[in-house]
Amino acid sequence: MIEIRFHGRGGQGSVIASKILAKAFFMEGKYVSAFPYYGVERRGAPVTAFTRMDDKPIRAKYQIYEPNYVIVLDPSLIDAVDVLKGIREGGYVIVNTVKSPMEMAEKLNYERVATVDATSIAIKHRLGSQAAPIVNTAILGAFARVSGTVKIETVMDAIRQAAPAKQEENAMAAKDAYESVNMGGD
Amino acid sequence: MPIVLPDDPTAIAKVPSTENKTGGWRTFRPVIHYEKCIRCYICWKFCPDAAIHFAKPEAHESPKEALAKFDTVEINYDFCKGCGICANECPVKAIELVLEENFRGDE
Amino acid sequence: MMKMILTGNESAAWGARLSRPKVVAAYPITPQTSIIETIASFIANGEMDARYIRVESEHSAMAACIAAQNTGVRTYTATSAHGLALMHEVLMWASGARLPIVMSVVNRAMAPPWSVWTDQLDTMAERDSGWIQVYTQNNQEVLDSIIMSYKIAEKHHILLPTMVIEDAFILSHTSEGVDVPDQSEVDEFLGEYDPAFKLDPDEPAGFGSLIMPEGPYMEFRYKMALAMEDAKKEIASVVKEYNERFNRNYEPFIEEYRTEDADAIMFVLGTIGSTAKDVVDEMRKEGHNVGVARLRYFRPFPMEELRKMAKKTNMIGVVDRSYSFGPGADLFAETKSVLYNHTDIPIKGYVMGLGGRDITPKILKKVYMDMLKTAESEYVENEVEWVGLHGDERWSE
Repeated sequence: MIEIRFHGRGGQGSVIASKILAKAFFMEGKYVSAFPYYGVERRGAPVTAFTRMDDKPIRAKYQIYEPNYVIVLDPSLIDAVDVLKGIREGGYVIVNTVKSPMEMAEKLNYERVATVDATSIAIKHRLGSQAAPIVNTAILGAFARVSGTVKIETVMDAIRQAAPAKQEENAMAAKDAYESVNMGGD
Repeated sequence: MPIVLPDDPTAIAKVPSTENKTGGWRTFRPVIHYEKCIRCYICWKFCPDAAIHFAKPEAHESPKEALAKFDTVEINYDFCKGCGICANECPVKAIELVLEENFRGDE
Repeated sequence: MMKMILTGNESAAWGARLSRPKVVAAYPITPQTSIIETIASFIANGEMDARYIRVESEHSAMAACIAAQNTGVRTYTATSAHGLALMHEVLMWASGARLPIVMSVVNRAMAPPWSVWTDQLDTMAERDSGWIQVYTQNNQEVLDSIIMSYKIAEKHHILLPTMVIEDAFILSHTSEGVDVPDQSEVDEFLGEYDPAFKLDPDEPAGFGSLIMPEGPYMEFRYKMALAMEDAKKEIASVVKEYNERFNRNYEPFIEEYRTEDADAIMFVLGTIGSTAKDVVDEMRKEGHNVGVARLRYFRPFPMEELRKMAKKTNMIGVVDRSYSFGPGADLFAETKSVLYNHTDIPIKGYVMGLGGRDITPKILKKVYMDMLKTAESEYVENEVEWVGLHGDERWSE
């Protein structure tokens, strides 16, 4: 079973990202479970969302405490939230940032970090606005590359089905992120 | 294994809501353009959070000499949640909603 | 049949939609809201042919359903916690009036303290209401149970309203893969609603009239008791038919997992019974013979099945996600009452997860170890354990 945790701010689409990812896994024949941190949400506040994936039915009905992957949609959260909490040994962190994996690794004091400038990719594809770009679809492309657990084509299909608008642009943003994510030395 | 129980018999919140600053909830921040503000206090009246308060007349410019003697208004950004009702109700459109993101780090 | 990813609430909305109620009267309450929002969308989009009545409270929601059902149409509603409590008076009416209303209830804690998270006290407090109560462990079961419940309840010798119960957030707001049956298949399975009686100007009648003490009040209540008892047979046969038609494998009453040679069996309602299966597998690998029995129907209570299960094991640990301030919590007390004179094995009650406190495999493992210790000593120390209170080291790492 694989457990993934998303960190974002309310309104950035972390919960939707967790569901789109679940959809992609589901389309590849996996069993899935996706849920937000069970709480009251509001814009701007830190939001945590989760996705579980397995080859057999998922009977686990409790929160995720030891994720294999952590995805951070908003780098400013790193100062506010312990994004690494409980991460499993060997687990990977994927951060939306202009910084390099090495710089992020130093900031997080953790080695297995991948970085992708999902904000610029989103702006390039005109997703959201300059000040509030929609990075959640792009970052899923980065996840596909880093984890190797799902095909980028499937992620793009899931995005096309889920996006309420600009389906192709959102899918291409994921593809760009897939190709440009930087996994550092690892 | 001493069980740790709360002191009160039921949930009693003792921290006043004045300490629960909700300004961080905003996506958009209302900004008053004082050169337009006619000091009618409609925004103050309509704010559902009571996050607009009176300020001394000289605190801000006024568009007309005749208005300069009246109290002006200020928005309390510690509590304004950015609902936009003030901007919507202002009869002279003196309030502009600006993305909060653009202010982050300014204070 | 379509495979979709749905939250528990969306699954409930689909279960309702496929059952073709003609009236949905409901009032929003976290964490039920997305059930009725989804249904409202279905109706607004012309995908569901029902009248949606926006009422001003849950009490009115149930009153509206009762009235509508009494005119001879299938109805549906949904609520949670304080909404269910507000309905309490009319819940009694719905069952006494023998109206097969189906309602989704999202288990949520009662306040104060204020909590939106999962807890079973709300539905436990309605165990006397005369409603059939079925608890679910995943979103597929939420959808399927609604459809099955209409079929069971509408039989003319049953006619009891039914609560289909799901855990807040753990199911209601969690997305899972769900098989959504075809409308035509469900139509064939369920058929049109055939009311046993109804309001009809051509055949005027008064419903729910006054009965004197010497009149058949007791006899009417006895008929309800018989109906609840008869429901057991109907549940078994409807579940079997549903399994065959829709390719599922539900146990009607108690879903037993690795109970055959278990030294201790955990008896539990809801999603804890799902997580427990992973724990059972892990503990079996470590050489501990444990099992889990997940109860689906709390009303009617499957006494025979429980007595049969008790014969397989040396200890039963009853998990309650609520407390009754009496001889333990409700499932525990009823288990003991059912097994009185039918078993000598130790039975212990575990109260856990109140207010949505997360129940992890680590906690369940500790509970199982306590159960095994009890099984071995054949002595129950502390008949009722509150599991996981702050500071109580026994249940933490």
